[in-house]
Amino acid sequence: MDTKPKPSTALPVEDLLPGGGFLLESAASKEIFTAERLNEDQRAFYRTAVDFVEKEIVPRHEAIEHKEAGLIPELLRKAGELGMHMIDIPEAFGGLGLDKTTSCLVSEAVARQGSFSVSLGAHNGIGMLPLVFFGSDAQKNHWLPQFADASKIGAYALTEPGSGSDALAAKTVAKLSDDGQHWILNGSKMWITNAKIADVFTVFAKIDGKKFSAFLVPADAEGLDIGRDEPKMGILGSNTCAMSFDNVKIPKDNLLGEEGKGHKIAFNILNMGRLRLGVAVMGGAKYVLGMAARYAKERKQFGSALSDFKAIQQKLADMAVRVYMVESTSYRTTGNVDAAMSKVDKNDPDRGQRIVEAIEEYNIEASIMKVSGSEALDFVADEAVQIHGGYGYSREYGVECAYRDSRINRIFEGTNEINRMLIPGTLLKRAMKGQLNILPVAQGIQDSLHRAASPVPALGDGPMAQEIQLAELVRRATTYTLATAAMKLMTELEKEQEQLMMLADMVIDAYTIDTVVRRAVQAQAEETEKRAELHRLIASIAANTIYENAMARARRIVVELFPDEDQYTRFMELKRLHLDVTQPLVPMKRRLAEAVVEADGYPLPYVS
Amino acid sequence: MKILVTVKRVTDYERKVKIKPDGSGFETEGMNFVPNPFDEIAVEEALRLTKEHGGDVVVVSIGPNDATQQIRQALAMGAQRGILVQAGELDSDAVARVLQKLVEKENPDLVLMGKQATDDDANQAGQLLAGYLGWPQATFASKTEGLESAEEKAQKPGVKVADGWASVAREADGGIETIKVQLPAVITTDLRLNHPRFASLPGIMKAKKKPIEEIPVASLGVDITPKVRVLKYEEPPARLAGVKVADVDELVNKLKNEAKVI
Repeated sequence: MDTKPKPSTALPVEDLLPGGGFLLESAASKEIFTAERLNEDQRAFYRTAVDFVEKEIVPRHEAIEHKEAGLIPELLRKAGELGMHMIDIPEAFGGLGLDKTTSCLVSEAVARQGSFSVSLGAHNGIGMLPLVFFGSDAQKNHWLPQFADASKIGAYALTEPGSGSDALAAKTVAKLSDDGQHWILNGSKMWITNAKIADVFTVFAKIDGKKFSAFLVPADAEGLDIGRDEPKMGILGSNTCAMSFDNVKIPKDNLLGEEGKGHKIAFNILNMGRLRLGVAVMGGAKYVLGMAARYAKERKQFGSALSDFKAIQQKLADMAVRVYMVESTSYRTTGNVDAAMSKVDKNDPDRGQRIVEAIEEYNIEASIMKVSGSEALDFVADEAVQIHGGYGYSREYGVECAYRDSRINRIFEGTNEINRMLIPGTLLKRAMKGQLNILPVAQGIQDSLHRAASPVPALGDGPMAQEIQLAELVRRATTYTLATAAMKLMTELEKEQEQLMMLADMVIDAYTIDTVVRRAVQAQAEETEKRAELHRLIASIAANTIYENAMARARRIVVELFPDEDQYTRFMELKRLHLDVTQPLVPMKRRLAEAVVEADGYPLPYVS
Repeated sequence: MKILVTVKRVTDYERKVKIKPDGSGFETEGMNFVPNPFDEIAVEEALRLTKEHGGDVVVVSIGPNDATQQIRQALAMGAQRGILVQAGELDSDAVARVLQKLVEKENPDLVLMGKQATDDDANQAGQLLAGYLGWPQATFASKTEGLESAEEKAQKPGVKVADGWASVAREADGGIETIKVQLPAVITTDLRLNHPRFASLPGIMKAKKKPIEEIPVASLGVDITPKVRVLKYEEPPARLAGVKVADVDELVNKLKNEAKVI
């Protein structure tokens, strides 16, 4: 045997924490789903997707970027032949009805080519999922088989010239025709991916200017005008256009979901989009790390390969750590969603709705994936350009394209600012509704800070003891700070966006450190010694770094919240969660960089 | 027609292999394993032939239990069933003898094999098998029309079967030679015979339900004593750095007196 026996792959349902539950419990008490636990099928699907992208997409990179006519639809159809659009379609409608982990794994593989990845996601993600989750049986029977083989291509039209993040302020209007048989749409949309190749759009409009709703609009509807292909910074091969609706008449039955319930569709599709985007950007980051590692190995300066220089090694190590962090939170989250979905009865008449709720449960985690994933890709792409030096700035090298392509990910699927606001906002909303016990837990933490006994959890046994301790400290500091801010500012907190941004970063830190440490602990028993060592190294670097950042953030938030009175008391409270002794990271980073160079990139690839 | 196809589990050719410090073999820890690419071409050809002429494709792998995964991949491409002969590392001769036993049991009309495996590049098992069976063989099957042809786009087989004979195009120096063999025969596949299909997602789902028979090698009663023993693996010597010479005279001098090549 080449690897240790695989544990049972799915996450045990009893280990399922509620969304945001990572703030309530200490690390390592329960199992989480990790990339090590991908089952044989998931690995096989991933291999097919990688194989397809390496052989059919990557070799056509230049043609894609130069917008060769008809190429993207052709490649989407080829992907369809392999069943790649069938993953999220229920079996009852001719799909495969697979789990979200598989859906995300395939997105990870496709991310090697940014333009194609975005076009594919616009088709079988935001283009198709509104139908999957909110369509009537008749709509699904009509459209889904055609989406599955990409004989018809989908797109999603939410944003308008005047409403981006503020999506519900849309001005596009739908009116029932006099005979009551048609909807008449008027207005305009902006930044619509796949606009020129799509056959049908999910369009959001307000019925009579009031009830925000979704409609299926065929591309050939009269009065529908698709604007020019916007010249963009990156993802040049995907097409993005404005659209205008001049008395566009569509049949009455093309209303998607219920009248006035469009916001449910819009927000839930964004949740799902963030899951997939978070994983896709991580896949992109892995790919770019590979380019950087290979270049660093080949390029010689001062008589040595770049990869022999410690400053470059440090970069490679930091890049690998960022990828690992996002990979860990991503698959933990998809594992949670899958476990929650598996609890839904197959015969439940409201199965679709229950599944939407299962995904919604983890919307905080999805926002975390989206924010930290897109920023990890930006970091990795930026360092990859830097390692390439002048060549990195040249169009001849792939990193230049990766750098440009990366930037959009912080903007679409909800800007990172909107997602950051959602993270503490949703947590506190759930706390207020009594769905999440944050406030009592925070009270317990605060009490412990006033007792004589040290509030720092005792150092346990085992190779990851220190990291477990750091994760627990970050959790306590985050929960404490979040509750302190909520108690101090109450309803004013939502106006204090600066604090919200920092609180979001602390929550991201808490989720990431908890996940990375748990994953590395699990990996000690599940992985070969060589890989287990890498898990330890990466988790250790990540835990130390995150701990320092999180504690600094907590202090800063306290200063901002308590400019005068009480500041000292709060400082003293926080200080009790402070641990002076952390580990030196340089030797670990050097060892990790060596592994990155040896592996020509991310040193923990999925093996089969 | 019934076609037996072999699929060997090999280390991923895109990743660098490392030799164990004692030279006894390769490091397998953390290695990725894939089906031998030449065997994938054989599977593809078998699927095209049975599509045209009807029949079944049986996939055989000889190796560890983990080789089930490579069999599953072939089943996901469309083969009907699999056989895993559970065995350790065998030399080409033992592989041929094991296959001979299976062929006698399965009675296929055709055995399709990759011309060689990308791990040891031995290029012997197919020829030896044909010898032991007393069957005709056609090695290095290629496609007359080429991989950019309309035939390839239409997924037509390169091996043409009619009236109990197979006609096989082989790349020879300066052109393509076509030979005809009477079936049953052993045909080994070269790189430019076809583009193998991907294992589709629905195919992967279906493959889970297809049967794989597991046969311990000892139960076949075949003599697998190695005829070839590997003494040691070592890395090729690292290439030395070049030197710059000032002029032609120095070059000639070095070639004559140091390199002793002129």
